[in-house]
Order: sequence, then structure tokens, then C-alpha cells
Amino acid sequence: MQAVTVEHIVKKYGSKKETVTALDDVSLDVAQGELFGVIGPDGAGKTSLFRILTTLLLADGGHATVDGFDVVKQYKQIRNRIGYMPGKFSLYQDLSVEENLRFFATIFNTSIEANYDLIKDIYIQLEPFKTRRAGKLSGGMKQKLALCCALIHRPVVLFLDEPTTGVDAVSRKEFWEMLKSLKKQGISILVSTPYMDEAELCDRVALIQSGKIMSIDSPQSIIKKFTKKMWSVRSAEMFRLLNDLQQYSNTEKCYAFGEFHHLVLKNDAEGMDPVMHYLEHLSHLEIEMQLAKPNIEDCFIELMSQ
Amino acid sequence: MKQFLIFVQKEFYHIFRDRKSLLIIILMPIVQIILFGFALTNEIKDSDIAVLDESKDVATAEIIHRLDASRYFNVARYLHSQVDIEAAFKTGKIRLVVIFQNKFRENLLHTNHAQIQLLADATDPNTATTVTNYATSIIRDYQNDLTTNTPLPYQIEPQVRMLYNPQLKGAYTFVPGVMAMILIIISAMMTSVSIVREKEINTMEVLLVSPLKPLLFILSKAIPYMFLSLVNVSTILIVSVTLLEVPINGNLLLLMGEALLFITTAVSLGLMISNVTSSQQTAQMISLLGLMLPTLLLGGFMFPIESMPKPLQVMSNIVPSKWFFIIVKDVMIKGLGFKMIWKETLILFGMTLFFLAISFSKFKTRLA
Amino acid sequence: MREAVITANKLTKKFGDFIATNEVSFEVDKGEIFGFLGANGAGKTTAMRMLCGLSMPSSGSATVAGFDVYKQTEKIKQNIGYMSQKFSLYEDLTVSENIRFYAGIYGMARQAIKEKTAQLLNQLNLTPEANTLVKALPLGWKQKLAFSVAIFHEPKIVFLDEPTGGVDPITRREFWNLIYRAAERGITIFVTTHYMDEAEYCNRVSIMVDGKIEALDTPRNLKKTFNATSMDEVFLQLARGAKRSDD
Repeated sequence: MQAVTVEHIVKKYGSKKETVTALDDVSLDVAQGELFGVIGPDGAGKTSLFRILTTLLLADGGHATVDGFDVVKQYKQIRNRIGYMPGKFSLYQDLSVEENLRFFATIFNTSIEANYDLIKDIYIQLEPFKTRRAGKLSGGMKQKLALCCALIHRPVVLFLDEPTTGVDAVSRKEFWEMLKSLKKQGISILVSTPYMDEAELCDRVALIQSGKIMSIDSPQSIIKKFTKKMWSVRSAEMFRLLNDLQQYSNTEKCYAFGEFHHLVLKNDAEGMDPVMHYLEHLSHLEIEMQLAKPNIEDCFIELMSQ
Repeated sequence: MKQFLIFVQKEFYHIFRDRKSLLIIILMPIVQIILFGFALTNEIKDSDIAVLDESKDVATAEIIHRLDASRYFNVARYLHSQVDIEAAFKTGKIRLVVIFQNKFRENLLHTNHAQIQLLADATDPNTATTVTNYATSIIRDYQNDLTTNTPLPYQIEPQVRMLYNPQLKGAYTFVPGVMAMILIIISAMMTSVSIVREKEINTMEVLLVSPLKPLLFILSKAIPYMFLSLVNVSTILIVSVTLLEVPINGNLLLLMGEALLFITTAVSLGLMISNVTSSQQTAQMISLLGLMLPTLLLGGFMFPIESMPKPLQVMSNIVPSKWFFIIVKDVMIKGLGFKMIWKETLILFGMTLFFLAISFSKFKTRLA
Repeated sequence: MREAVITANKLTKKFGDFIATNEVSFEVDKGEIFGFLGANGAGKTTAMRMLCGLSMPSSGSATVAGFDVYKQTEKIKQNIGYMSQKFSLYEDLTVSENIRFYAGIYGMARQAIKEKTAQLLNQLNLTPEANTLVKALPLGWKQKLAFSVAIFHEPKIVFLDEPTGGVDPITRREFWNLIYRAAERGITIFVTTHYMDEAEYCNRVSIMVDGKIEALDTPRNLKKTFNATSMDEVFLQLARGAKRSDD
């Protein structure tokens, strides 16, 4: 049995006059014990999808199941089995770390002690601050506490809606390490994020944009589908370089990517020499150009422009 | 049960940790009662009175002197006939007219019995009551002084008449009024705001996804604020009785029971509001405009309902505060028993059931 | 020729015993894109508030656009623009109403506003949307518009607080193109971000840890110094050692 199945889900908002389609015929499966990422920018439909799966919203079309239960008819069974961390989830700011955790444990008919082994690794980092109010915690700490609260009843499937948004790079890294260790305990995890670089930490990802899924696969396979050669180029004047490369006749696509610009050529056969000549002719200095490995963000850009 | 207890505990944490709001909730009723109380009763000192003395003898002269000498009164006018009384009150300054009938002293000496008429302007019923009470006690003092040396007691009977508002509508009615207002604000607004806050910080989503039953959620949200409201009722009563000397004439238990009923009404209104709003500000605005204003305007204690236009009179019937106001007035001020207020109680009870039914049926187990 | 538009010298802000920003010193040149990085709670926001004239420093000195952060905060505010992910535009006003409002705040003449608005809308391909409510625009457009509004009055410096959070990769790049173009016009860009690839787009980057600037150089030199292949690694090396993490 799949942990999550989604078939042709459609979700629309708004009045009859103006409807916005948040999810447009979305289908996907999440296997048991899988760490599945839903990757896309704000407004892509990630939160709508999560709310439908956590039985908080009704879809306008399609079917979905979580742990074998239908999200519409059997929502009560689902609610007992899942853990959910909504986006911008901020806990009770005026309750202490321990009070928050105990509250959620009791609400889910369990106790901290009963499931302590599951959250131990995470909670141990919070324990020194357990009497501190949640509002006084840092972003990273809050997020760990929120995760503990979502886990405390030992859910079968864990839904994390943008858990790393607005969190600094160090805390993000730690958070993903925690997810990996949870995965080892057999919990299926669905996580959404706008950060493309987090895709590579998932078993499989769905790239979503404007309510449509553009690709579902393992990150490696998605990258493999990027068949064209990709070059990374830099020079002393990066902005002028970008403009010049975008003007170049054989350029299919060129965009900034960290310290380099990524360049895809219309005709791969020509190779890099004509590009170098072109740039030298435009008196660029310190030109560097080499083949680069595309990553998920390149694939996302590629899929977006199709 | 455990779920319920921890939820209620959490609500109390929220309440007690927000010191400022808690302080306002506790102090607001006290301040309001005191403000209303003093605004209405502080003018008793040196009140202007008029005297119509048709007897003009030693006894009347002594009583008039005693009235004038007291710190409560100032005899501002001597009237010559009954006709002048109306004119005296119309000046707006005279609060009391004291009338001695012809042959006052003669009657007193021969029959041991005489009458004094006290006419009070009862458009401000609180002042009128106080003024006549003071006058009566001064007359009684005089009577006692006379009686000490005689075997047969003299009886001077003050006959009090309230002009313009014979039933004394409005006397101490600010106490029931403030009670109704405070309970509506605390119970309805706080309940709705505390639920809507969960929506704002997204904890609502998690609670919905949890096995927590809606009924349990609603109950645990309601109970802390019902408790807080009962505390408010108690402080209001204590302050009125001790500081303002407004008596509780009826049964205290009955009064508290009715208050609890009204608190439940208010809480169910708060639940209804929380169903239709998603921000704390909106919840506050709706509570203020939708509940507090009708309570103030149509509840009957600021403006008498009888003198309103017909449509407003009809509308006032759907304002729960109106019925609670009548109940408290009857029990607390008039000292009536349950037999006399069962109708109002039933109406309030019916309204509460209706509101509760709506808020339970509309309670969303999903988001919008 | 280098011309410093922001100078900070031992700039410090204390809240009681807590030193949010601890003797921070740096200079930012005219037309430079300056990345201001740090973990949550490192003291970035406090430092930025002092530079914007919103918060009085406890000690040290700083000038922004040549004006003193202690005494000339009003002058500073006239000469800077500000945009953040959280506060940008009024959702219930239209595109052109938002532009007119912000331009009006900075005292621009009506005719100048009119001309520049047309030009701006044209440049952002937003002319057909001039009378659309901002809330109806996609997030990426909003952020681009917000940036353009922030530099509408031609400030000397613009402060951007995590301007691209949650924006799709293509729009994010279009946003950075706007930044580059503004920098070319001589507007200094002071930007914070959680995207480490964006750190690479900056001319120079500073990384704050526990209230102090622990590193300040070009991305290239930073990577060399810390023997790292990406800015992400540099950041992690520095921020992992952070002791405090209060927001």
C-alpha cells in the first residue's frame, strides 16, 4: 500500500466570476517510508495540496488517499494517523517548550513519555530550554519544537509544509538531517519547499508550478532528463557577460547561477570555442568557461520555460 | 477527559500570561461600576430644595432650619402655594420640595400625628431616592428629639412622592446594566478572539487534524472565560454592595444562576462570531459593534425602551442583554423571586440553545 | 574611484546586557552590491535598522549617504529606499496607486511621477496591469514591482531584506537583473538573503556571527580563504560556530 495516493486532484478558489486554479489535475504517489519533496515557488499550489491531504480542504475533483484511507470519507481515521506542520506554524508563543509539547501530546491522546524515543534526538537539543516560552526561541529552535509536536503521537505519515522557509542555512541543514533520521524509523514524509537545493535531499520530488506538476522522479533521474550540455561561464564583468551571452546567436538560454552564468546552446555541436571568441571579441576579461553538471534548479528553469 | 483538562489549562496559561489583558478584564468592571456610581450619586451635597410652609409655626421653622443646616440641603426657595411647585421644579435646580400642611404643630400636639409631603424630581431616580432618604432621616431625628420628654410618641409621617418617574425607573440600574455589558464583552469577545487567534497562528490547522472532538474544543474554549466572567459578576456585586451601598434585595444564588445563564448566552455568541471570522481584529469589531452597541442602546438601561419608536422596541426583543437586564433588576433591586422572572429566563435559555445549535452546526471541521 | 556611501565604525547596539550588534565596522562603495549575511539572530536586522535611521546605536559611529545615523536620520530616510519580503506594497491598492503613494511620500512632483510611472510600468511589462489591485498579481511580479517602487525616488542606497523569499527561480533571476541595472545606475544595494547562490551575485559579502562580522570580502576571495567550493560552505563553516540563535 502507498502512503499517499493523489489522482487528478483539482482545486479552485474564488467566486464564479474569477476562479483561480490552485491545483490543476495533480497526480502523485508516495511510497511507504519515502521522503518525498514537493518543490515549487510560493503560489504553486503546495499548501493547497497539503491541506487536501491532511483533510482540511475538499478538492473540487479527483481522489486522494492517505495510508489507505480516503481523504473525504475517512478523514477521521486519517486525522489519527498523520502528523502535520502547517506553513508559518508558530506554536503557542506564551507557552513554554515543555507545555507546548505536553499539550499536543495530550490532544493526540498520548504522552511525551510514551513516544519519547521517537523525538529524543531532536528534543534533547531543546531540553536545556524546556521552561523557556516558545516565543523566545530562535527560528531554528521553534522549527525543531514544531517538528517534535507534529511527531509526538508517532504518525504514520508526516506532512511538513515549508518547514524551512525563512530559516537560515545552518538550521535548514540540521532540519534535513533530522528528516533523514526520521525516515530511518519508517515514517513516510511529505515535505514542501521553495528552495530548489533541498530537492536533492529527497528520495523523490514533484516539481510544481502554477498548480501543475511538471515532473515527478528521483532528483537524479530528473537531472538525467536534462540532455543538453550545460556550460558555466564567468568573466570579470558578470552583468555585462549575462547580457552579451543572452544576445549571442547560438544561445538557447543563459541565466545567472551563483558565481557563474549557466549557458545552454541551441546547437551543442559547435562547442565552446565560438562562444569564447565571441566574448573575447567583446573584450571580456578573465573569461572562464567549462561544462557543468545541471542541478534541480536548472531542470526547474528548463521545465518552466517549456 | 485528559484532552479537555490540558486544553483548559492551556487557555488559563494564555489568560494569566497576558498580564495586561488580564488586568483590564479584572479592573474594567470595578472601574465602570465606580464611575457610573459616582457620576450618578455625587451631587447630593448641598442640594437645593424648596419649602411650601402653609403652617408657619415653631415646629415647621425648626424642621426647615434643620434641613437647611444639614450638609445635604440648602433651602433655596420659599413657595407660597401649590401652583409654585411645578415652576420650582422647572427651574431644574430644585431637587426636593418639602410641604407642611396647615396647622402642622397643632395636629402634632393634639393628635400626636402630622404629615410632611416630600416631592422629589425623579427624572434622576438615584438622586431622588437619596435626597428623600436624607430628608426623611432628618425629620425622624427631629421627631425623636421631640418624643424623648413625652409619654406618648409623636408621629411625623413623611409622605414621599416621586414626580415625573413614579416607578423610579433607572434607580441603580447601572449595576445590572454594567453587568450585562461586561459579561457580553468578556465572554463573547474573549471567547471569539481566543478561537480566532488559533486560526491566525495556524495552530487551528493542527488541532483540526488531531483527534480532538469539536465539542471538546468548544467547551475548553468556553469554560475559562465563563469562569472569568463569574469572577467579574462577583467583583461587580461586591463593589456595588460595599462601595456604592446598592443592596442585593433578592436571592444571591438565583442571581448567580441567572448570570451563569447569560454568560453561556454570551459565550455562544462568541462561538458564532469565531465561526465567521478569521482575524482577531474582525472578531473584536464584530463583538463591539454587533454585541456591545445593541446592549448599550437597546438593552434598556441607557434609554428606556418604552420611549423608543415602535420598530426599535420590537428589535430590542432579540437583544439578549435586555432580558438579562430585566432579570437582574427584578432580582437584585426589586427583590423578586424566580416566579416573577421565569418568562425572561426561558427566553434567554431559548436564545442560548439557538445560538449554541448554530455554532455547533456551523463549526467547521475543515478549513473554509 | 571608490566613494564610500555607507561607513560603519565600531557600530554597537545593546539591549540591556545583550549585545545585538558588536563593534561592527565596514564600508560600502557607491554602486556596489553588498551582501549582508548571517544566521537568524546574528544581528543583521539590528544593524540594518541602525543604518536606516530607525534605531539609535549604543556606541560607535556610522554614516549613510554622508549623513550621521545619530543626528541626521531624516536626511538618511530621504536618501534611502527600503524593501522587505514582509512589508512591500499595499495589497488593496492598485499598481499605479502604490507607485503614486510612495512617490508622494518622497515629495516627488506630480508631473515627474506621471512620466516615471509610465516608464516603469513599461519596463516591467505591467502597463496593462496599472489598474489591477496588487493582491491579484503573482508573487514574483509583486516583488519586482516593490523593488522598483523602492528605488523610484532615485535613492542613493536601497536596503533589501530577504527580497526573493519563495520566488520561483526564473523570476528570482529577473529580480536580480533589476538589482544589477540599479547598481549600474549608481544605486548602492545592501541586501540580505537566505539563498547562498545569491550571495555569489554580490560584489562583496559580509557574514555576521553572534553580533560580529566574521568575514568580509568578495565571494571569490572568501571561498579561497575558507578553502570552500561554494558560498554555502563558507557560510556553514562560519555560522556552525554560532553560539546564540535568538531572533
